[in-house]
Amino acid sequence: MKNLEITLKCHKIVGGYGEGEALVSNEPICFYLTDPKTGIVRERSHELAGKNLANKVLVFPSGKASSVVQIDGLFKLASHNNAPKAMIVKDVETVLIVSAFMVKVPLVDRLERDPFETIQTGDFIKVNAEKGIVIITKRES
Amino acid sequence: MYLTREEERILDGEFGEGTQKALELLVAIGDAYDAEKMIPISRAHAASSGQEGDLYFVELLAKGGAYCKVLTSTNPVYDIKYFDNLFEVPKDEAEVARRVMEAYKRVGAILSWSCIPYMAENIPLYGETVAFSESSATPYVNSVIGARTNREAAQSALAAGVIGKTPKYGLHIKENRKGTNLVKVEATLKDEFDYTLLGYYVGKQIGYGIPVFTGIKRQPSTEELINFCAMSNVPGAISMFYIPGFTVEASTVEEAFQGGSPEDKITVTDYELKQCYEELQTTSGKIDFVMLGCPHYTLKQVGEVARLLNGKKIHDGVSFWVCTSATAKVLAERNGYVDTIKRAGGHVVVDTCIDEPCWIAYKNKVGMTDSPKCAYYRRFKEAMVTRLQDCVEAAIEGRWG
Repeated sequence: MKNLEITLKCHKIVGGYGEGEALVSNEPICFYLTDPKTGIVRERSHELAGKNLANKVLVFPSGKASSVVQIDGLFKLASHNNAPKAMIVKDVETVLIVSAFMVKVPLVDRLERDPFETIQTGDFIKVNAEKGIVIITKRES
Repeated sequence: MYLTREEERILDGEFGEGTQKALELLVAIGDAYDAEKMIPISRAHAASSGQEGDLYFVELLAKGGAYCKVLTSTNPVYDIKYFDNLFEVPKDEAEVARRVMEAYKRVGAILSWSCIPYMAENIPLYGETVAFSESSATPYVNSVIGARTNREAAQSALAAGVIGKTPKYGLHIKENRKGTNLVKVEATLKDEFDYTLLGYYVGKQIGYGIPVFTGIKRQPSTEELINFCAMSNVPGAISMFYIPGFTVEASTVEEAFQGGSPEDKITVTDYELKQCYEELQTTSGKIDFVMLGCPHYTLKQVGEVARLLNGKKIHDGVSFWVCTSATAKVLAERNGYVDTIKRAGGHVVVDTCIDEPCWIAYKNKVGMTDSPKCAYYRRFKEAMVTRLQDCVEAAIEGRWG
């Protein structure tokens, strides 16, 4: 049986192309509170605590925490090849744009459907930021 | 986004690679927010940090010949010489810090190395258009001073300082400065630490937004406002807030919401603040250190530490640190505060952030701080949060609880 595929328009923030398995977080993310050597979230009280965001397509509402650490956190993940492949967000903010710009990870927002209703962890996602398109292949249930 | 001919020439690299990269970043941000154009700024604050991500960008600009067009101050890194005499700071980490500080000098920044630049080195005025990074400085500048800045990153603020402009979006536009959440304060806010708890609680509840406060009975002090600004940006992202009657931009709640209604309302009583406090009480027993000055202590706060330590002796097993700005330390020395703290066995250090590798000696140590922001970044095995008076008492006793 062919998996269900959904194509949605989005708004490019940082260009490029990235694909991978979706990891959805309903909570904002601070990249500094991940282990750069593995990509595992080490923020104890976070819903993604213990999960690995390396090479995933990360779906989350927004960034959080001090501007200094957010950028360094993503930069360190990227220098260990453990950055996300692409990022889909709801509320864009400058710190996150700069982080993505510096490590060249595609970043998009304004999906034509609510990403938290449409995308589940484990779905396969292609983010073509240049064309402003996100393609979701639903995980077999 | 509309670009002037000069901006296009910068993007074409006519003025060097440094300014080109700076403007490229600003244009990416402007495009993301659908900004119509760039607007001039009069000052900037770059939240330099002595970390690898920071180094990459500032060296990129420095090597490309970029130079700040408007006054651009810098955030703390660490006083390499001071720490070198005390501990083994890893050579590669110290080298990163040294290169960062050198590169900011090369791009013509003001080497303030302070996270409270609005107290002395770089003070915006009401209504000024600026680009201030440092998540605790952004809300202070917007709300307490009434200047206009977005929640900048170190890199976007530095880029804005180099170009002398920022994209017109977000909090540079009046309509975007309207309140989003009504916060009814029923809690008794007695002191600076109560504002720390208020910031932590409100940041956690609201996450991302512009709170408007009612029920605050007296004018908050500078230090109370600094604490609110810093702590609300630990679990959240609060770039602006209103306390009508006390902050400058709106004199009534209606004006703060620009005639609209709040998206959400919360009430804060003593109970919520007490719960927050209890959440931060993570340990008891013997302590190895006390860490104060996150954000940097003002002159007044350094004086308060001296008053509490006057004639006392810090316990042998406890390291006691006060981080402050270079300008505040000059006056703290003149007033005898530094001597009093040193006589008691404490350190007063400048240019230094608590989130830096210079603290590696305390990696497996347990201590106390009055700042949830200090505790959050996990430079230590455990950093319990409580009032300054309790921190000092524990430092003298060598234990807490």
